[in-house]
Amino acid sequence: MTALLKNKQTTTEIGLGGMAAILDLSGAMYLPDEDTLLVADLHFEKGSSYARRGMLLPPYDTRETLAALSEVIFRLGPRRVVALGDSFHDVGGPDRLGGEERETLGAVQSGRDWVWVTGNHDRSLPDHIGGTVVEDMEIRDLILRHEPKEGATGEVAGHLHPVGKVVMRGRATRRRCFLSDGARCIMPAIGAYTGGLNACDAVYKPLFPKGFTAYLIGTERIFAIARAMLCRD
Amino acid sequence: MPKASASLLPKPFRDWFKSRGWKPREHQLQLLAKAQAGRSVLLVAPTGAGKTLAGFLPSLVELAERNAKAPKARLKGGSLHTLYISPLKALATDIARNLETPVQEMNLPLRVETRTGDTPSHKRARQIERPPDILLTTPEQLALLVAHREAGEFFKDLRRVVLDELHSLVTSKRGDLLSLDLARLHKLAPNMTTVGLSATVREPDDLRRYLVPQRLPSPGGGGSDRISDPGWGGTAEPGEVALPTPSRASGATSPLKGEVVGTHPLADLVVVKGGAQPDIEMLDIRQRLPLAGHTAYRSMPAIYDLIREHKTTLVFVNTRLQAEYTFKELWDLNDDGLPIALHHGSLDVSQRRRVEEAMAAGKLRGVVCTATLDLGIDWGDVDLVVNVGAPKGASRIMQRIGRSNHRMDEPSKAYLVPANSFEILECRAALDAVHEAAQDTPDARVGALDVLCQHILGMACADAFRLEDLYDEIVSAAPYANLTWEEYEACVAFVATGGYALRAYERFAKIVKGPDGLWRVRDARIAQQYRLNVGTIMDSTTVKVRLGRSRRARPGTILPRGPVLGEIEEYFAETLTPGDTFLFAGQVLRFEGMSEDEALVTKAASGTDPKIPAYDGGKFPLSTFLAARVRAILADPFEWDRLPRELNEWLLQQRRRSVIPGPRDLLVETFPRGGRSYMTCFPFEGRLAHQTLGMLLTRRLERAGLKPLGFVANDYGLAVYANGDISARAGREPGFMEELFSEDMLGDDLEDWLAESALMKRTFRHCAVIAGLIERRFPGQEKTGRQVTVSTDLVYDVLRKHEPDHVLLRAARADAASGLLDVKRLGMMLSRIRGRIIHKALDRVSPLSVSVMLEIGRERVYSDDADEILAEAEATLLDEALA
Repeated sequence: MTALLKNKQTTTEIGLGGMAAILDLSGAMYLPDEDTLLVADLHFEKGSSYARRGMLLPPYDTRETLAALSEVIFRLGPRRVVALGDSFHDVGGPDRLGGEERETLGAVQSGRDWVWVTGNHDRSLPDHIGGTVVEDMEIRDLILRHEPKEGATGEVAGHLHPVGKVVMRGRATRRRCFLSDGARCIMPAIGAYTGGLNACDAVYKPLFPKGFTAYLIGTERIFAIARAMLCRD
Repeated sequence: MPKASASLLPKPFRDWFKSRGWKPREHQLQLLAKAQAGRSVLLVAPTGAGKTLAGFLPSLVELAERNAKAPKARLKGGSLHTLYISPLKALATDIARNLETPVQEMNLPLRVETRTGDTPSHKRARQIERPPDILLTTPEQLALLVAHREAGEFFKDLRRVVLDELHSLVTSKRGDLLSLDLARLHKLAPNMTTVGLSATVREPDDLRRYLVPQRLPSPGGGGSDRISDPGWGGTAEPGEVALPTPSRASGATSPLKGEVVGTHPLADLVVVKGGAQPDIEMLDIRQRLPLAGHTAYRSMPAIYDLIREHKTTLVFVNTRLQAEYTFKELWDLNDDGLPIALHHGSLDVSQRRRVEEAMAAGKLRGVVCTATLDLGIDWGDVDLVVNVGAPKGASRIMQRIGRSNHRMDEPSKAYLVPANSFEILECRAALDAVHEAAQDTPDARVGALDVLCQHILGMACADAFRLEDLYDEIVSAAPYANLTWEEYEACVAFVATGGYALRAYERFAKIVKGPDGLWRVRDARIAQQYRLNVGTIMDSTTVKVRLGRSRRARPGTILPRGPVLGEIEEYFAETLTPGDTFLFAGQVLRFEGMSEDEALVTKAASGTDPKIPAYDGGKFPLSTFLAARVRAILADPFEWDRLPRELNEWLLQQRRRSVIPGPRDLLVETFPRGGRSYMTCFPFEGRLAHQTLGMLLTRRLERAGLKPLGFVANDYGLAVYANGDISARAGREPGFMEELFSEDMLGDDLEDWLAESALMKRTFRHCAVIAGLIERRFPGQEKTGRQVTVSTDLVYDVLRKHEPDHVLLRAARADAASGLLDVKRLGMMLSRIRGRIIHKALDRVSPLSVSVMLEIGRERVYSDDADEILAEAEATLLDEALA
């Protein structure tokens, strides 16, 4: 595991459910013991989903998200990839996928196990999209699912799109982040057009009764920020 | 023009003037004569000259005659004769009230109505069915009317458009939009003429062009081969193009309504010379002023005394922060309990209305206000104007002074109050300009492409159009006269399918071309979307400030139950953390947090000093013109005699210790201080341009290995501080400074920085909303759920990567060039100082440099670098753990 770029420290290691978990600058999480890469909330074809309603956003979000995805997959070369739900922005998404994007997706899937966990945006996925479709799955002591469940331990989930906001001496920045207390991790959304929900939101409270550390994705590396340092929007 | 005779006025009007003890003024009669000759005209007149009446008089006379002849036709339906456009809703309402007097007193058979955002829908519908004779409205409402399916019928008999405060309308995107709607009106009502009412401006010809169609439609239409450069340096000069001669065009379309000079048609011009010279001077408090700061605290007692000695005083300040501060200081001194009020754009509308009403009723002795009062609302009896802080522009100051003494034959009385030594220079320069009646209003705008996108959709909502016809119409609007066919097509493509090279959205197109070759809006839903998003004013960038109430049962819980105090900029709210205190609406408030989309505050304990000083909504950059004058005063020791003695001595010291730069030179000083190396420079190009320069210089110093730490900027110069020794490097490498300040920093360096710049992202967001890429957010609509809206920052990143030349990015860059980043001015400065950099390596700070060094700590250190902020936050945690 070496960083490809000079000055860039692409990864940060934490412990999760008794395993090592490597948080990646791309927003993915790598479990070395299982040679498995986890990604959450890709929201492919969000742009075209909005276009149907008259908001003609640049139609490049899927290829942008795919570019980030293939970068981390080719860099780490995992045996298995698990997408934690909301991989497509709506159920019609897979059929709107452009030719080039379909090819790229095929290339990153090829030669490894690919698992789609279903989410609230993509309750069903067509066969032609490849891989296995599941509602949730277990890896050792960890359960992987889309929506985090209160009270569960040893869970990795997405759905909430956490972002952390930090203000230091009048300067503010708001970045995507992982939230973890060592037993549970909520992953950031990778999708190019996915917004975020502030980590200070009340939704997170019951999920982390003892608090959490936020791992904010900076430009060059990941920063571990204490809950107390985070601000509301 | 020969003297217009009062005989132009029908008898009832002459009698009415007489009954009021008035005589029709020369320019009022001139406008009447112009109207009868079917000419468009620009009336330039100082405040109090009876501009508005002059603008309406021709319409009143015509309507009185028309409606007297055909009273029955009027009862049946009536038709719109005159449209009045004002930049402010309140001004339109005000004028409607003022028009009632002559209409009633002369018993004129005509109907005057307003149409604003507040007009109820049943009245709007009725106005379309049965138009009034005179309709008073705003640019946004006009855009909606023009995009209406009935627009053709509604406007077909329109004879005149009166544009009030034209000088202020044309300087923004609102003016771009209005120009396009005017172009449509010229087409719908070929006999229409325009009347522009304006304060004195530097280039009246710009406004005269704005009022009449520019390029006349060519019979073949479309297909211009003009090339212009939409890049950083502004638009290139238009190439030589054979314009159709007026006579060629006269048969097919609108007749010529103005004169033609060269290739540019102009409206006629009527100028009313200003009356008495204004009685204006600098307030001398016989005390030394500080070298920096904008609060003018030492002058407060003198200002208070002036308020006491006058009937009603307007105290103008440049920023809302200064308004808040000045208001608080004056009340601290107010032992007499004089009624002194506060008025600025962030305050709640109802609060502002109360102040305005009290003012009109003559109940106030003083009003502390910002630019929101620059516009010509009638203000009762103001007998003194005090301008606190730097004047920033000569024309601005003259318009402000015009607020006092609404009778133009009496001199207006005004004081300029400098807050620091540099502002003395600026006040001196402004006084000179006022005495020479020199003007420095901004250049005419090049029409924005995002506004054009909005307009194209609106035109598709109104009626099906042919591509070439709409182009001809658009380029007849002065701001768009140099629009290329290529730019136009890019805008149409954007409106249709987003205009992306990857043609992914053909089936979702918003406008579609039919088999008949005409473009139409796809469906009613898209038209509805257009109506909701019309306009160029960005309301969504502010959040309401609401006073919270503590819950008695649970101390510490704040409920959003109090009144709304006003609005603050979103970006300011973003940097507040609960517990921060700031000055607002004349009190110190404690920020408690965001509730929905409102900033929840409580009153801070009395005696609390506001912690956040940097709430600087509404800052104006120093005008190029005044900056040049300040440089000239500085460069000429003979001029120093006209300055206060302390300032004079200060300049002598600067000459002894360093150097006084010539009027075209750039002085760069480097010196060590506290273990750091400092570099200051004085371009006098305004704060915005300096901030951009600071960003670029720090990037370059970083690359040169000099480890810059930060910089601060004010209107006159900037200071950069670094760990590396800048003096030593410059000494070792001849030409280092020239290299550092070379113009090529506006190339890649600028591009790189813009990619990440928060200011650029904000600029892009505005363009995206105006162009209709994303929907405007309405209060209460946003943040109701997760991810309901798409962040334009994310869209910006993706678009930049995949289509760097997309029309919206071009629009955003054009805005940045003159707006928040002022790149255009920076470019002009860099080319001015080429070969004229004077570098002085000093062993300590010079008198001149002290002024900008004092900003350190007061101004925010600028940095968009997220990692820096995050690293600091991370380290804070570590420190705590290790402690």
